[in-house]
Amino acid sequence: MKHDFVEKNIAVMVLLTIVAISFGGLVEIVPLFFIEETTEPVEGLMPLTATQLEGRDIYIREGCVGCHSQMIRPLRSETERYGHYSVAGEFVYDHPFLWGSKRTGPDLARVGARYSDDWHRAHLMDPRSVVPESNMPAFPWLFENTVDGSMTGKKMAALRMVGVPYTDEDIAAAAEAVEGKTEIEALISYLQQLGTLFKHKR
Amino acid sequence: MSTFWSLWIIVLTTITLIALVYLLFSNRKSTNKGPDSTTGHVYDGIEEYDNPLPLWWLYMFVITIVFSVGYLIAYPGMGNFKGVLGWTQINQWQKDVDKAEEKYGAIFAQYSSTPVEELIHDKKALKMAGRIFSNNCAQCHGSDARGSYGFPNLTDSEWIYGGSAEEIKTTITHGRTGAMPAWGTILGEDGIKNVSAYVLSLSDRQAAVGDAELGSEKFKLFCVACHTADGTGNPALGAPNLANNIWLYGGSQGLIQRTINLGRNGAMPAHQELLSSDKIHLLTAYIYSLSNGDSKTDLSLNNNNSEPDLALVK
Repeated sequence: MKHDFVEKNIAVMVLLTIVAISFGGLVEIVPLFFIEETTEPVEGLMPLTATQLEGRDIYIREGCVGCHSQMIRPLRSETERYGHYSVAGEFVYDHPFLWGSKRTGPDLARVGARYSDDWHRAHLMDPRSVVPESNMPAFPWLFENTVDGSMTGKKMAALRMVGVPYTDEDIAAAAEAVEGKTEIEALISYLQQLGTLFKHKR
Repeated sequence: MSTFWSLWIIVLTTITLIALVYLLFSNRKSTNKGPDSTTGHVYDGIEEYDNPLPLWWLYMFVITIVFSVGYLIAYPGMGNFKGVLGWTQINQWQKDVDKAEEKYGAIFAQYSSTPVEELIHDKKALKMAGRIFSNNCAQCHGSDARGSYGFPNLTDSEWIYGGSAEEIKTTITHGRTGAMPAWGTILGEDGIKNVSAYVLSLSDRQAAVGDAELGSEKFKLFCVACHTADGTGNPALGAPNLANNIWLYGGSQGLIQRTINLGRNGAMPAHQELLSSDKIHLLTAYIYSLSNGDSKTDLSLNNNNSEPDLALVK
């Protein structure tokens, strides 16, 4: 039997192993890069503005994704609490995705426009001041730090290379757009646009 | 999904299944005959028997393959083939939502035709509304609805946008955006100090008399349009009463100066896209009851330790 041959020729074994395990990826992952359902933006989806983009990077830097998911599954218990379930087309400009997998805090996929800017300020300065039972850390330094706009344009250019439709004007104006903004402003402007394209009454 | 990708998935999945079956049956038998024969491998003196696959294991494998074929026939999986059951995650969700609407919708709807003014005497309605309040309003207005710095107290008789049932409902439904402009550049440092002194005097508090007199002139120029001549405000514009010593952003002279200097833009988010009109109606009743109810509403409604009212759920 050829079994012996395969077992004694490591290169052949490696090759056959790769073939065997690649089937799952070829069927489940590869088509997602090409089919419309996952590559076409939903109607009205806009690339993040320069300020929102910097806010998103602060969201990543502070590790928000470690405790907050951004993915509402189509289950009644979730849509009842968070709003319309998430659809793939909402995330086509997201690089990387911030879906997360841990919900120590609530899902934030549709937190946009749920609370006022002032509420977010109060909440990020001292979460207990508005939600007494919260165990979220406070982020007071966001109120003091200003956004460094020197890389904003480059970030947008990089995102354009992976398909986010930023224009040359967007990129040129990026540094100026975030000039003097505090990190808290940037973060809140990012949060306030999250998931606002879909509505679902509960 | 395009035909190409559909076929891609179908063909690859089929090949995988066939390859698995082939792999299973081609390796089922041992290669050497005879009991106690080994594969010839020796690891540190430990030899490996060359037995056929155990039957229970073989049958389990066969069952999983049969299951997967059955699954691919019943459920979506083979490219564009929808499965004979017609199941999708969205229609399952829709079914759950419809079922819940059927079960709970009427519970909320039964109050929609009762005017808010009557609803505030209905204990059960208020208890339900209290729950909606806890889930949607307490984050800003507090679980006791007394608000905090920047978030209005809903239990007193002071209303920025009006306290009638209709006005409260409008506030919840469409939201509100405060529009106190920043006067810093117009008034200057002294102007702000003087106006703040005058504002203090409106609620009969101590203020430097000279400052207040100067401030009163500025007040007449810039502030009366919204806050009216006597400073009692105008709910239609969301201009708060400045004469009753109730303050959303603090009533110390320093905080009043900050308000005048930089303006305030408190925002109540609109809830028409978030909550059904039946629930907004109930919420209106709850909030209205806080200042108009029978001996005011018992705020312990929001106490999470209280026993749930099982009669509310059929």
